[in-house]
Amino acid sequence: MRFARFTLFLSVFLSSLSMANAFESEQQRTYSAQNAQETLRIISTADIDVFEPIIYAFQRQNPNVNIDYVVASSTELMRAIYEENLPFDLAISSAMDLQTKLANDGFARTYSSEATDTMPGWAKWRNQLFGFTQEPAVLVISEADFLQTPIPTTRDELIELLRNNSEKFDGRVGTYDVRTSGLGYLFATQDSRNTEAFWRLTEVMGRLNTRLYCCSGEMITDVASGKIALAYNVLGSYAASRLHNTAGIVIVPLDDYLSVMLRTAVIPSEANNPEGAGLMIDFLVGLKANTDLSASTGLPPIDKEALQAESAMRPIQFGPGLLVFLDKMRRETFLRSWVNSITQD
Amino acid sequence: MSRKDQKWSIRRRLGIQLSVIAALLSIAFYLTVRTVAEQAAADTQDSILAASATSIADALYSERGAIRLELPYSALSMLGTISEDQVFYRVVAKDITLTGYDDLSIPDTSQNQRDVVFETTIYRGVQVRAVAMSRAVSTGNQAQEVTVVVAQTRLGLAATSSRISSTATAVAVGFFLVVTALSLLAAQSAVAPLNRLTQSVTRRGPKDLRPVVTETPRELVPLVDALNSFMGRLRFSLTRSEEFIAEAAHRIRTPLATVRTQAEVLYRQMKQPDNKKSVREIIRAVDESSRSAGQLLDHAMVSLRADQLETREIDLTYLMRDASDRLAPTSDLKDIHLKLDLPSHGCKIMGDLILLQSAVRNILDNSIKYSPEDSSILIRLADDEEYHLMFIDEGRGFESSNPQNLVKRFTRGSNVSDVIGSGLGLTIADEVARAHNGRLEITANKDGPGTCVSLVLPYS
Ligand SMILES: Nc1ncnc2c1ncn2[C@@H]1O[C@H](COP(=O)(O)OP(=O)(O)OP(=O)(O)O)[C@@H](O)[C@H]1O
Ligand SMILES: [Mg+2]
Repeated sequence: MRFARFTLFLSVFLSSLSMANAFESEQQRTYSAQNAQETLRIISTADIDVFEPIIYAFQRQNPNVNIDYVVASSTELMRAIYEENLPFDLAISSAMDLQTKLANDGFARTYSSEATDTMPGWAKWRNQLFGFTQEPAVLVISEADFLQTPIPTTRDELIELLRNNSEKFDGRVGTYDVRTSGLGYLFATQDSRNTEAFWRLTEVMGRLNTRLYCCSGEMITDVASGKIALAYNVLGSYAASRLHNTAGIVIVPLDDYLSVMLRTAVIPSEANNPEGAGLMIDFLVGLKANTDLSASTGLPPIDKEALQAESAMRPIQFGPGLLVFLDKMRRETFLRSWVNSITQD
Repeated sequence: MSRKDQKWSIRRRLGIQLSVIAALLSIAFYLTVRTVAEQAAADTQDSILAASATSIADALYSERGAIRLELPYSALSMLGTISEDQVFYRVVAKDITLTGYDDLSIPDTSQNQRDVVFETTIYRGVQVRAVAMSRAVSTGNQAQEVTVVVAQTRLGLAATSSRISSTATAVAVGFFLVVTALSLLAAQSAVAPLNRLTQSVTRRGPKDLRPVVTETPRELVPLVDALNSFMGRLRFSLTRSEEFIAEAAHRIRTPLATVRTQAEVLYRQMKQPDNKKSVREIIRAVDESSRSAGQLLDHAMVSLRADQLETREIDLTYLMRDASDRLAPTSDLKDIHLKLDLPSHGCKIMGDLILLQSAVRNILDNSIKYSPEDSSILIRLADDEEYHLMFIDEGRGFESSNPQNLVKRFTRGSNVSDVIGSGLGLTIADEVARAHNGRLEITANKDGPGTCVSLVLPYS
C-alpha cells in the first residue's frame, strides 16, 4: 500500500479520539423510491431529522433514486472515506478542514455542472468541495439567567462578564470538547486565528469548570433546562431551528466576528454512483431558491447578500490553510494548550 | 499585353516572401512569449514554495531535546492564493518524519551546494513541484539537520500556461495577418514606380521620343537611363532620315528649277504643235516633281518640329488673316474672293507658329486650287469650346465617301487629276493638328457645292 504509513499516522490520531478501529455509524436509514433504479449512498454529519426533508424533496424530483443515509461524526466520516475507502457516493460534513483534507489528498472526484458553475468562488474548492449552507457559531444563553445581567455582545464583554460573576457561572458554562468534536475543533482553531481573546476566554472558562459537549444539540438542551447559563460556539442553525419548540433560550450573535461554517458535500473517489451524487449536489447548491425547504431544515443556504448584511460574519475560507490545524504536531500543541486552559484542577 | 500566364510577378514573389518572414516571426514570437511567460509562472510558484518552506523552517523549535514544529497558518494558506492546487509537506529529521506526508519524496539536497533545491516529480499519480530546504536546529547541546519539503501540484500552472498559450496564439495570428496585409501593401507600393514608368511610356504618342522624366527610385534609374538612351538613338536615326529627305528634296528642287526655265525657253522657240505639246508635258512633270519635292521638304520639317514644338502664344485671328494675305495673289489669279469671318476678340492658344502657318497654308491652298474661277472662299474662325479654323469653298468637293482617307500620305482624290498635287498637303495639316492635340475635319459644304475643311484646336 502506497499510503500505508500515512494512513497509519492518521489512524493513530483518530484512535486517540475513539478506541474502536472500524468506522462507526450513529444512525442509518434507507429511503426507497417508487421506481428505484439506482441507490445513492450518503454519509453525513447532519442528523436524520435535519436532512430528511431534503431527501424527500430530492426524491420528488428524482423518483428513481433510492437513498441510503448514514449519519456519522465528522471523524468517523473521515475514517470511512480516508482509511477504509468505503464506497459512499456523497460525503456531507460540517468539518470543513477534514473535507478539505479529503480533496487535497486525492480522495474526492471533480464535478462541475451548470449549477456549480454559478456558485460563488468562496463557496467551493477545486470543483471537489461544494459548500451549500452558511452556519455561524453563536453564543446561546438562558433567558432566565440574564434577566438582571446585561447580555454580552463581544468576546471581551463575555470574558468580563464571566470574570466578574464567577460564582454565578461556575459549572454553568458549556462549549465543545474540541478533542472529540470535529466541528468544535474547527471553530476553536478559527477562533485562535481570529482573536487574541480566544485563549483568555478559554482560560476563564477553564476556571469556571466549564462543561464540555460533543454536540450543539445537547448544549442547547442544557441551556434550555437551565443546567448551564450559556454555551459558546453553538451551531447557530441548530439553535435557530430549536427556538420555536424550546422556551427560555436566546441566540446571541457576537458583534466582533462570527465564524461561519460552510457545510460541504464531496464525491469520494470510490463512489459507485457519482452521477447520482452530482444530482444531489446540484439540488443542494440550489437550496436558496427553495425557501420552504431551507426553512423546514433550518439550514441557511449560501447567500452572499445575507453575509453582506451582517458584517461580522466571517466565512471560513477554503484552501490549504485549513490543513494547518490538522497537522499532527500543530494539533498536539493546540490540544495541549487547550486542555491546559480548560481543565484547571 | 496578356503575358500574365507565363511571367512571374515581383509583387507576388515579394508578398509571399514577406508573408513567410511574417509567419516565421509570428512563430518565434509565440514561442518566446510562451517560454518567457511559462517560466515566469513557474518562477512564481517556485518562489511561493520557497517562502512556504522558509516559514515552516522558521517555525521549528526544540522542546526538551525534541524537535517540534508550530506549522504556521500562512505557510500553507499562501500556497492557496494563486491556485486551487493540492499541497503536501513533510518535515524530516535524521530520516524520521516529524510531521506531514511521510511518503513524500525528498529532493536530493546533497548534490547541490545551495540549501534550497527544487524538483518536479510525481506524487500520488500527479505531477508536483517540490522544494526542499535544510535547517540546523539546536536541541540542547547538539544541532540537528532538519529537512522541510513542500510540494504543490501544477494544475494552476497548466491553466495559466494554456491561457498564455491561447493569448500568444491569438496575438501571433493577429500579428501575422496584419504583417501580411502590410506586406501586400508594401509589395504593391514597391512595384508602383514600375507601373508609373510603364504608364508614362505607354501613354506617349507614337512620335514622342523625349526622354522619360517620371520620378523613379534609384533602382530604376539604370533602366530609365537605358530606355532614354535607346530613345535618344532612335530619335537621332529618325531625325537623320527626315534630314536626309529634306536634303534630298532640296537638292532635287534646284536642278528642277533650271530644267523648267530651260524647258520654257525651248517651248517658246518651238513651232510645231506636236513638239510643243511634248515640252508642255515635260514642264508639267517638272512642276509636279518640284511640287512634290517642296511638299516633301515641308512634311519633313513638320515631322521634325512635331516632336519638339516651339510653343508660344499665337493669335489665331492673326494667323488666318496672315494666311489669307499671303495667298491673296494666287486667289486673285483665279478671281477668287477670300471672305474673312473672324471674331472681334483675340483667340489665343499656345502653339508652334511655323507649323500652324504651314497647316493653314496647305488647307487654304487646296481650297483655292480646287475652286472654280470667280468663286469665293469663306475663311472663318469659330470659337465653340474649341477653335474651329474653317475653310469653306464652292469648288468641286470630293467624291470619296470616307474623306479621312485623303489625309493619308500621297493620297489624292479621284476627281483632281487635272490639278498638280503631291497628296501631302492634308497629311501635313493633320500632323500639325495632332501635334497640337487637335484634329482635322473634312466635310462637304452644307450650303451648296464645295468642301469645308476645319482645323480644330483645343484651348490651351
Ligand atoms: N478643298 C478641296 N476641295 C476638293 N477636294 C479637295 C480639297 N482639299 C483636298 N481635296 C482632295 O484631297 C486630296 C488630298 O489633298 P492634299 O492637299 O493632301 O493633296 P494635293 O492637294 O492633291 O497635293 P499637294 O500636296 O500638292 O497639296 C486632293 O487631291 C483632293 O482630291
Ligand atoms: Mg493640297
